[in-house]
Amino acid sequence: MNIGRIGVIFRRELASYFATPIASVFLVIFLLLSGAFTFYLGGFFLRGQADLLPFFDFHPWLYVVLIPALAMRLWAEERKSGTIELLLTMPVTMGEAVIGKFLAAWCFTGLALILTFPMWVTVNILGEPDNGVILAGYVGSWLMAGGFLAIGSCMSALTKSQVIAFVVSAVVCLAFILSGFPLILDFFSGWTPHMILSIISSFSFLTHFQSISKGVLDLRDLVYFVSLIVFWLFATAILIDMKKAE
Amino acid sequence: MGRMVEIQGLRKEFGPIVAVDGVSFSVAQGEVLGFLGPNGAGKSTTMKMVTGFLTPTAGTVKICGYDIQEDPLEAKARLGYLPEGAPAYQDMTPAAFLKFVGEIRGFRGAELDRRIDETVAKVHLGSVMDQTIETLSKGFKRRVGLAQAILHDPPVLIMDEPTDGLDPNQKHEVRSLIKAMARDKAIILSTHILEEVHAVCTRAMIIAKGKVITDGTPGELERQSPLHNAVTLALTGVNPQDIHAALGMVPGAGKVEDLGHEGDLWRFRVYPAHGQSIVTEVSRCIRDHGWDVVELYVEHGHLDEVFRMLTEPRQALT
Ligand SMILES: Nc1ncnc2c1ncn2[C@@H]1O[C@H](COP(=O)(O)OP(=O)(O)O)[C@@H](O)[C@H]1O
Ligand SMILES: [Mg+2]
Repeated sequence: MNIGRIGVIFRRELASYFATPIASVFLVIFLLLSGAFTFYLGGFFLRGQADLLPFFDFHPWLYVVLIPALAMRLWAEERKSGTIELLLTMPVTMGEAVIGKFLAAWCFTGLALILTFPMWVTVNILGEPDNGVILAGYVGSWLMAGGFLAIGSCMSALTKSQVIAFVVSAVVCLAFILSGFPLILDFFSGWTPHMILSIISSFSFLTHFQSISKGVLDLRDLVYFVSLIVFWLFATAILIDMKKAE
Repeated sequence: MGRMVEIQGLRKEFGPIVAVDGVSFSVAQGEVLGFLGPNGAGKSTTMKMVTGFLTPTAGTVKICGYDIQEDPLEAKARLGYLPEGAPAYQDMTPAAFLKFVGEIRGFRGAELDRRIDETVAKVHLGSVMDQTIETLSKGFKRRVGLAQAILHDPPVLIMDEPTDGLDPNQKHEVRSLIKAMARDKAIILSTHILEEVHAVCTRAMIIAKGKVITDGTPGELERQSPLHNAVTLALTGVNPQDIHAALGMVPGAGKVEDLGHEGDLWRFRVYPAHGQSIVTEVSRCIRDHGWDVVELYVEHGHLDEVFRMLTEPRQALT
C-alpha cells in the first residue's frame, strides 16, 4: 500500500467532482434538504431546545438518496468508459485504487457536512447547546456517510450502469437503516429467534448512529462503522476483479 | 538485447468461450510485432492479459523478467499500454490527465514537467492541452492515449489498434511515431489493416480463434501466398488453347490460370509449382514462340490473401 499513489488517485477523483456539475448539485441539494427537513419537519424552533438532534435525525434518510447518487459513478463510470483498463494496468494495486476513490467521495461528504456550519452557528446564537454532542453528531453522520459510500462503491463495481448502481445501492442502504426500525423488527419478531433479531438490529446504521448523535462516542459504534466500511471496500475490490473483464 | 516480453502458454476462458488458446511467443528489443487476426480472434484479450488487466486462465507473462501476476507493480512500471479505443478520463484536460498519469508513475516536480513537455511535443498535443478530452477530435484523443502510454518511456509498449478510425494522415503520423520509437523498445500492436504491417512491423503474427497460426517477417508471410512469384501476362493474336498448353510446359510451372480476355487480348497467370521464381523460364517460352506480349509481371503475393487463406481456410484462393 503506497500512500503517495492513494493520494494521486484521491486527488484526481476529488477534482473530477468539481470538473462537472456533480459537486455543486450535490452540495446545494444536500444543504437545501438538510435545512428544509430540520426546520419544517423536525420542528427545530418549536422544540425550544438548543441542539441539532432534528438536523441529524434526518441524515440517514437524506443519505439513502444522496449517497448512492454520489457513489454510483465511482466504478460504473470507469468500467463504462474503459478507463478502468488504464487505471489497473498502471503500477497501482487494486487496494490503492479502491481506497483512493472511496476516500475522495468520503472527503466530499465531509465537505458537505462542514458546509452545514450555519446550522451550528444558528443554534449557538439561539441558545447554549452542548457543542460536544453536536461534534459527536457530525462525526457519527460522517461515519454513517462512509458506510453508505462503501456500500455504494461496491454496488457501483457490480455494473456498468450508473442507474442500476444507484437503485441497488439505495435499496441496500435502506435495508441497513430499516433493520433497526421497530416496524421491521416487529415483522421478524413473530417467527425469528431473538438472537437473530438482535443481530439484525445490531447491523442497523440507525441504532449506531443514534447512539453517537446523542453524544455517546462509544468505541463499539466506531468499530461498527469502520469494519462495515472495510468489509464493503473489500467486497468492492473482489467484485471489480471478478467483473472487470466484461 | 534479451527478450523483453516472454509469453508462455497463455490461455483465457470466458465461461464456455476459449478466447485465447495456448499462445506463446517472445518479443526482443527493437522488434515491432504486429498482431493480425479477424475480429474476435483474441488479440485484445491477449493484450489485456499481457498488460495485467485480465488474469489468465493459464500461462505466464514476463515483462523485462518480471512476472505480471507475481510482481505486477514492477512489470507494470515497465509497460506502456494503449487500450482499444484509447480510453481516457473525458472530463479532464490532457494537461491534468498526463499529470495524473505521471504522478501515478512516480514522477514529481521538474522531472514530471519535463516528461510531459517532451511527450506532448512528440505527439503534437500542445494546441489542445487545456481543453477537456471529451471535446477533442478522434485524432487528438488517440494522441492523448499514446501520450499516456509513452510518458514514462517504457521499454515495452503495447497498443491495441492504435490507428483504428483515424484518417490517412493521422494514420501516417502515428506510424511514424511508432517507427521512431521502435529501436530501443519492444513493441506489440494489433491491427486488422494489413498495409500497416508493411509500414511499421518487423514481425507479424496471425491469430485466429485464439491460436497463433503463423509468425514471421512480413516478407515471409507473403511468401506463403500461392500467388507469390506467379507470372501474369497478357498477349494478343494467338490461339488461347495453344498458349495455355505451352505455358503449362514451362519448366517449374504449376497451374496455368486463364484470366479471361478483352477483345483478342488474352490474360494468363502461371503459378510456380513450388513457390520458386519462374519469370526467366516464362520469358524464354515467350521468346521461343515469338508471342506479342503486352503485359508481363511477377506477383509478390499479398498479405491479405495469406490472411484470408489462413484464417478462413474454406474460402481460400486457389
Ligand atoms: N468479457 C468477455 N466475456 C465473454 N467473452 C469475451 C469477453 N471478452 C472477449 N470475449 C470473446 O473472446 C473472443 C476474443 O475477443 P477479443 O480478444 O476482443 O478479439 P479481437 O480483439 O481479436 O477482436 C471473442 O469471441 C469475444 O467474444
Ligand atoms: Mg480487439
